Amino acid sequence: MLLNQFLLLSAILFTIGVYGVIVRKNGVLVLMSIELVLNAVNINLIVFSTYWGIAGQVFALFTIAIAAAEVGVGLAIVLLIYRNQRSVDIDELDELKG
Amino acid sequence: MWFFTHVWIIPALMALSFLLILFFGKKMPKKGAEIGIFFVGAAFVLALLTAGNWIAWSNDNPEGHGPAAEGAALANVDPSCSSVAAEAAALGTGVEHVEGKVAATAGGTAAAAGEATGGAAAHEEISTRPVVSCINWFKNGDQTISIGTLIDGQSVLLLVVVTLISLLVHVFSTDYVHGDRRYTHYFAFLSLFTASMLFFVLSENTLQMIVGWELVGVCSFALIGHWWEEKPNSDAALKAFLTNRVGDIGLLVGVIVLYFAAGKSFSIMDLNILSNEGGISHNLLLIGSLCLITAVMSKSGQFILHTWLPDAMAGPTPVSALIHAATMVVAGVYMVARLYPVFFEGLSISGSSVNALSMVGAITALFGAMLAFVQKDIKKVLAYSTVSQLGFMVTALGVGAWTAALFHLFTHAFFKACLFLGAGSLSHASHHSFNMVDDMGGLRKVMPKTFWTYLVATAALAGVFPLSGFWSKDEILAGTGSFPGTQGANGEYHVMLVMLLLAAFCTAAYMTRTIWYAFYGEYRGHGTPHESGPRITTPLIILASLGAIAGIVNLPAAFDFLPEGTQTRFEHYVEPVGLYFPAITHASFNPVLALVSVAVGAAGIGLAYLYFFKDAFAGLHGLADRNKVAAFFKNILVNKYYFDWLYTTVIVGFVKGPLARAANWFSAHVIDGAVNLVGKTAVGSGNWVYKNVDQKVVDGAVNGAGSSASGAGAYLRLTQTGRIQQYAALFFAAVAILVGVFVVVIG
Repeated sequence: MLLNQFLLLSAILFTIGVYGVIVRKNGVLVLMSIELVLNAVNINLIVFSTYWGIAGQVFALFTIAIAAAEVGVGLAIVLLIYRNQRSVDIDELDELKG
Repeated sequence: MWFFTHVWIIPALMALSFLLILFFGKKMPKKGAEIGIFFVGAAFVLALLTAGNWIAWSNDNPEGHGPAAEGAALANVDPSCSSVAAEAAALGTGVEHVEGKVAATAGGTAAAAGEATGGAAAHEEISTRPVVSCINWFKNGDQTISIGTLIDGQSVLLLVVVTLISLLVHVFSTDYVHGDRRYTHYFAFLSLFTASMLFFVLSENTLQMIVGWELVGVCSFALIGHWWEEKPNSDAALKAFLTNRVGDIGLLVGVIVLYFAAGKSFSIMDLNILSNEGGISHNLLLIGSLCLITAVMSKSGQFILHTWLPDAMAGPTPVSALIHAATMVVAGVYMVARLYPVFFEGLSISGSSVNALSMVGAITALFGAMLAFVQKDIKKVLAYSTVSQLGFMVTALGVGAWTAALFHLFTHAFFKACLFLGAGSLSHASHHSFNMVDDMGGLRKVMPKTFWTYLVATAALAGVFPLSGFWSKDEILAGTGSFPGTQGANGEYHVMLVMLLLAAFCTAAYMTRTIWYAFYGEYRGHGTPHESGPRITTPLIILASLGAIAGIVNLPAAFDFLPEGTQTRFEHYVEPVGLYFPAITHASFNPVLALVSVAVGAAGIGLAYLYFFKDAFAGLHGLADRNKVAAFFKNILVNKYYFDWLYTTVIVGFVKGPLARAANWFSAHVIDGAVNLVGKTAVGSGNWVYKNVDQKVVDGAVNGAGSSASGAGAYLRLTQTGRIQQYAALFFAAVAILVGVFVVVIG
């Protein structure tokens, strides 16, 4: 039943992350919420790897590497948004409004 | 045979002569005349050889007599030019097959009837063997138009006559038009005319006939207007041309009718055999022949289209002799003679007493002769005389006396050409005037050769025994079959006989009048008249001699005191016998009629002699000046029965005046009105379409598409808030729903 608990943990983390992505106004916090989502996935992968082999851990490492790159790019974007808007409130970023 | 299949060389020679004169004539020492004379001489020699061969060919009888011989006679007809001959060749030479074929197409009884009237006479005689050869001219669909030659007695006769007269006229012209500014041109056209005329007489089909017919018309036009610098001459040329156009319509329509009647064939052979054997309905033949009579009326100067012929005398005199007396104007007569079965069956010549052809001819013969009395111009007298004599020929054809018509054509060519050339010689002597009343007179002593030849030709024309005109005219009179005691004619044409006798009387009288004015009395012209040179008098002597003796070629069969084989030679060699020619009968020689005709001629000469030479009937001199009735009739004659007035003032005047104005009014009001109405309607409907269809329907659809797209966009843009988080929420919601769906579906 260990699997169930990890999966539950991962689901809770994922849900918290999604919630943060949807409702937070601060861009940095949104990025952090995305990290939560990714880490929820990582937990999933590692948990499954204990059952189905090493591939899950390899994928988790990939995810971590990509997440690091993503955070780099994301923070750079947030920085640029801040330079232009003097704010990181993404509610104000509705330039694409149709 | 070689001469018959290669007879095309003769017209080809003349055409070559035309081109040579045209291109090299001016560089030659004699300005092209020698080319023309050389070629026409060669053509004449070839024509004589052809004639000799024809006589030998006719004497060389085919095996057997009767129907089989008739079929075999077509053996020399090239099957590619005649479908009937092709059928005969395909089915063996038996004529039964040919007639069977014809009967099949005609519905049997008609052919049987035609054969019954065809008569036993034809079957007892030996059939003529015509030689027809042709090449393809052009092909249109499955219709092949051929061009070729048809040689039989009739075409050989015309070959000789045309080339002979043409040769003499060429020689005459070297002196007569000497020094003319268009001397070379003149000879070129003489050659072209001779070529065209020969092309016409050798025609193998009716289409080719039309071509030749129009070619001679063009040459006639060019030569009448030879001295076109003077307005009357070019007017006369135009008049000749346009008047002939009227008749040409008849020719075209007639040929087209006969083309369809003969089962889409232009071949003269087919047409003749089919009409002869009853393969074509009587009504079609009647329509066809009536149309062709119109053509004869114009080309051969028959009433009421004769008016161009006297005016055509504006051309040089040798041209008048060649074209407007001896050859071209007989084209109509020749055409009727060539298509004789069409007329014979179509007009029911046999056994009747009146028909359109003989009526036209007889009226022309009599009324043309009467007009000759009031002419001052000697050439106009001769022109009306030609009209009248052509009327004789047409009457002869109309009453079934085919041979008499061709015989008269033959003799008339000689003496009338002689008279015209004689008139030319007279005018040569009296400073180019043709006015015999004012500018001639007393020329008998200074121009003995011209006088004697003119006198002989006049006597021949008047029908003095035993000159040629007597024989041919007598044959025509006998051919009417009206005179009591005449036997073997085709019908009884009483009116024609009376009219022809009156015409003969007038002929004798007006010719005596010309003799009086030209040769007797005091000279009334200017200068000193002189006899013409040998190049003028030699043709005159030759023609006068021929005009005197030509009668011996067709002495009546009744002259059995003559050696065997000297009578009716002309009939024997010229008249076709067989399938393609109706079985006409020949009126026997009637001594009483001959005496009457001589007496009538003598009366004409005698009365005119007494009136002019002896000043008899003093009461009649100047009668027209005193008596209103006489003045009335003279006025009619002087005005040529008012035909010119009718054509120029009434018809042309009507066309130019009221008709043109009416046409203009019609054009301005009705046609322009219609055009304007159409235009206005078009503009109106265009505006309506613009307002309603273009602006409302088309633009409406385009605008509607645009505005509906923008309307849809206005609603859809509401979803595009630009808020990332909203998109993410939607995205996750959608994923959640999909996951739910997948779980339910897969699970």
